[in-house]
Amino acid sequence: MNNLLVFPVLLPLVTAVILFFFKEKIKLQRILSLISSLLSVLTALVLTGRIHSEGILTLNLGGWQAPYGIVFVGDMFSALLVLAASVVGLAVLIYSFGSIGGERERYHYYSFFLFLLVGVNGSFLTGDIFNLFVFFEVMLMSSYALLSLGGTKLQLRETVKYLLINIVSSTLFVAAVAYLYASVGTLNMAHLSMRVAELGQGGVLNVIAILFLIVFGLKAGLFLFFWLPGSYSAPPSAVRALFGALLTKVGVYSIIRIFTLIFYHDPGTTRPWLMFMAAATMILGGLGAVAYKDIPRILNYNVIVSVGFVTFGLVAATGDAINGAVFYLLHDIVAKGLLFILGGLIISASGTDRLKDMGGLIQRYPLLGWMFFILALALVGIPPLSGFPGKLLLIRGGLEEGMIGLSLIGVGSSLLVLYSLIKIFRIGFWGDPQEKQIQKSGALPRAGMAGAAGLLLIVILAGICSEYVYSFVSQAGEVLANPELYIEAVMKE
Amino acid sequence: MELILCVAVGILFSVGVYLILSKSLLKIILGTSLLTHGVHLLVMTMAGLKRGASPILGDNSGSYVDPLPQALILTSIVISFGITAFFFVLAYRTNQTTGTEVTDDREGGEAANE
Repeated sequence: MNNLLVFPVLLPLVTAVILFFFKEKIKLQRILSLISSLLSVLTALVLTGRIHSEGILTLNLGGWQAPYGIVFVGDMFSALLVLAASVVGLAVLIYSFGSIGGERERYHYYSFFLFLLVGVNGSFLTGDIFNLFVFFEVMLMSSYALLSLGGTKLQLRETVKYLLINIVSSTLFVAAVAYLYASVGTLNMAHLSMRVAELGQGGVLNVIAILFLIVFGLKAGLFLFFWLPGSYSAPPSAVRALFGALLTKVGVYSIIRIFTLIFYHDPGTTRPWLMFMAAATMILGGLGAVAYKDIPRILNYNVIVSVGFVTFGLVAATGDAINGAVFYLLHDIVAKGLLFILGGLIISASGTDRLKDMGGLIQRYPLLGWMFFILALALVGIPPLSGFPGKLLLIRGGLEEGMIGLSLIGVGSSLLVLYSLIKIFRIGFWGDPQEKQIQKSGALPRAGMAGAAGLLLIVILAGICSEYVYSFVSQAGEVLANPELYIEAVMKE
Repeated sequence: MELILCVAVGILFSVGVYLILSKSLLKIILGTSLLTHGVHLLVMTMAGLKRGASPILGDNSGSYVDPLPQALILTSIVISFGITAFFFVLAYRTNQTTGTEVTDDREGGEAANE
């Protein structure tokens, strides 16, 4: 049954609704959300396995044929992203058990958490552009709630900014959908792709493509990331881990989907834009990561760098580069979730988020320190770890296309990432112990360490078994490189 | 007819953008409402404004107006309604907590001032 496709959306949705009835029973909320997250991971695994053996799965909701009804499409790219999102969701959920605090838990934290996963999974799976907008809004609404939950001054101030920027970008999204509907008269992505191919992508369709690029660039933090470093500094670290791992990635996914499935006919017009935005994102993100001396901001700028890096794969657009982009995107979801969890643990271990007030953590928290060190190497792309295969494929694809400048920027931004993370390690773990923080520090939440250890295991295994992972990634890359496969699967009789 | 509505949409957009760029939080929210009004009108206009019966089958008319954009607009209206309600409450709470509703007075990025 293809109904399996709807479960990654349905499971967290139903659980989130049920959780609303148990406001005061925090223990029950934790158990239910944990069960639901475990089931989500299982479903995603089964889904990935089935797509691996049977090819693209489609589900016409309500039984209406493809261009007329809403269709859910599970190709390998979507399935892998759903899997990564579920795994990170589980780890962050476990981390929040120990760190989020009873006051927030009582005010529907877990419901909002699960609604966010509904929006993310739905965005990955949908095959309809307006439905994509709706799932974006589901995701964003829960992110507003999670961002402002707790109501500190900083959170309120940053939520206002974040809310405003997302209202504007959502408005532009609807405008772009309106223009697209006016020029081709359909909303289904596969059907859109066929119609755009018939009309030939030129004139107004190019303008719409660039409008979509602006919309998703705003959401993904691609060049238009000015809102991101501030907004992601405000919420508690569990929420920040969820945002850093998932929210921007949905924007990146949409950019890749739109420019490989619908607007791929005129790369001469769209490519320079993507190229410029990817380069600027990598440079500015790298500079930001190096410039700051507090943990949240360093991590936030690291999110931005990786968005630029994945887009670089889309620009190069060779088979290698696309596979590399998929591999790197998957690695990045898991690794960024882990990075923010470890960042949160460092902050709670030292009682401050400023680097100058930290030092000597390695004596009291050796495990945390070495986990952070391994992760830093993985994010830069040191060979046995998961960041390496993606980066290698990306750089190779870029060089094949003769994009020497962009490849150099990619490598250079990796160095900046390395420097920014090792700076945390050097000052926070090796530096002299500060007297202030020894009084403040206590035991680390055990649940958080467990979640982080699980993610770290995935990062290491995905690097070591990259040959196995690659067999899935190349299947995803094949559909992205040949949109006809996607169209045939959706528009079959 | 489309031309007139396009001009109206343009005016709504420009006024909305102007208001969003102002200092007062309340004006910003009004600006976002105007912006969403504009975009809903845009969806309707873009689908074409040909004459026809309202999309109810009982009318037995030869031609109907396009029902799809109406459904899209309806969806978008409730979404933006929810977000606007949240924005108003957020602004109210911010006003109570910080004692100001002028966006310029918020010190930006206190973590960055090191």
